[in-house]
Amino acid sequence: MEKTMDLTLKVWRQKSANSMGAFETYAVKDVSEGSSFLEMLDTLSEDLVEKGKEPVAFDHDCREGICGSCSMTINGIPHGPEKATTACQLHMRHFHDGQTITIEPWRAKPFPVIKDLVVDRSPLDRIIQSGGFITSRAGSAVDANAIPISKATADYAMDAAACIGCGACVAACPNASAMLFTGAKVSHMNSLPQGKVEKDRRTLAMVTTMDGEGFGGCTNIGECEAACPKSISLDMIAHLNRDYATAQVKNFFKPVA
Amino acid sequence: MCTLCNFVQSTIGRKILMALTGLVLVLFVMGHMLGNLQIFLGPDVINGYAYKLHHLLPASALWAVRLVLLGTIAVHLWAAVTLTLDNRKARPQGYLEDKVVQASYSSRTMRMSGIILLAFIIFHIAHFTVRIVPGKQYEEFGVLENTMVPLVKDGEVVMKNGHEIMTFNVNDMMVLGFEVWWVSAFYIIATGLLCMHLTHGFSSMFQSLGLRNGLWRKRLDRVALAYGWIVFLGFAIIPISVMTGFLEKDPTGGLALQITETVAIIGVI
Repeated sequence: MEKTMDLTLKVWRQKSANSMGAFETYAVKDVSEGSSFLEMLDTLSEDLVEKGKEPVAFDHDCREGICGSCSMTINGIPHGPEKATTACQLHMRHFHDGQTITIEPWRAKPFPVIKDLVVDRSPLDRIIQSGGFITSRAGSAVDANAIPISKATADYAMDAAACIGCGACVAACPNASAMLFTGAKVSHMNSLPQGKVEKDRRTLAMVTTMDGEGFGGCTNIGECEAACPKSISLDMIAHLNRDYATAQVKNFFKPVA
Repeated sequence: MCTLCNFVQSTIGRKILMALTGLVLVLFVMGHMLGNLQIFLGPDVINGYAYKLHHLLPASALWAVRLVLLGTIAVHLWAAVTLTLDNRKARPQGYLEDKVVQASYSSRTMRMSGIILLAFIIFHIAHFTVRIVPGKQYEEFGVLENTMVPLVKDGEVVMKNGHEIMTFNVNDMMVLGFEVWWVSAFYIIATGLLCMHLTHGFSSMFQSLGLRNGLWRKRLDRVALAYGWIVFLGFAIIPISVMTGFLEKDPTGGLALQITETVAIIGVI
């Protein structure tokens, strides 16, 4: 027979961006250990609706760990205690009966809370808009194998492209820095031949946008890598630093923009 | 905005400045430690070394080196302060539960260790370079009438124009300075904090310059740990040796080989 558990939840409740928020405590009973964290929250919401209360708002979409929507800090760790796991893929068997779980939204100046656990992550979209593209020929699609790319490069770019833009790196960083996100995007595009053409321009533009959005700086402590549900490596931040330094040197002598 | 200002004002630009100034300070600290350790080779050697440091370069060049070092600290400090203020601004509201998954203690306390080290550097310069720490002025000890001793090289007094070259008695200054227990304690604690600062900083500077990957991160972390400990032990051993009586004042007051007695003393030896 499947085990169930009773839990106490401390959830951040905030009506709107402009209202004051506070923690509310809820008891949830008979949570199946096979359910996901979001399913557990669904149970809570159903319960709240039945009682005529407002359900807990949280972002979610694919529920299979690839969309990056489910942003919540569970017991002080973005996406919860399991390594390389999104909140939607986190199963309740990792918690125990009688446990108190604290659920908070991402905390960062550039990510204002919209409602409850939902934050505005559009600053990440604006970083992408400023440089996360390549210029290529429009018209009929180029053959996929027209440009040879070595296995090592393809693997590296794929590791970087695994970033789902969930913002857990920002949430985990004590400086609310978006270096791991930006590093992953820059490493992905700058290492492939299609993206190399605009390498310097992209790097400068994305870092300028990142700073302008109000994210903090990197102190190389590695909490982002530990919290990342896609295990994006700190190597991507080193890559970003390297490409940024190179781009700035080139830009000093001859503007790259 | 000019390209250079743009670079220096970006978060990454300031981190690069932090890394480059950090590199200068990391190398300086090792050189300083190796220089200090010459105290174990005898008073003549450390006094001669101090004389060399002061006279190898013309006074203006010596001041240039000093200003570059102070400027390096100033840039390192400026980058740290402005970045910290920006970082605080980026996280106005913290978490109710704030867990650390893997970050090392030293990496999370760089600002505290840095601030205490700054206070230490100011004290250290006032103590041994400018020698103005109240009550701790070497001259006030009155142990020696003359704090200057003849410069000795290879067991012989160095002569110039028929006169002995006199140099500051660094050996006795260090011994007398470290005989004060709280001064020694402060030096040992500060070099311990320097060890902590370096165990993160040494490896971190490679990351900021983009010269690190997963494999080299592990290696550099180990090198950083070793470097930090070597620097700590190399510095702390001097106050410890003084406190335990292993290092002592020059028993002859540095006058063993003074020219009038040279022949007699060499005869005794």
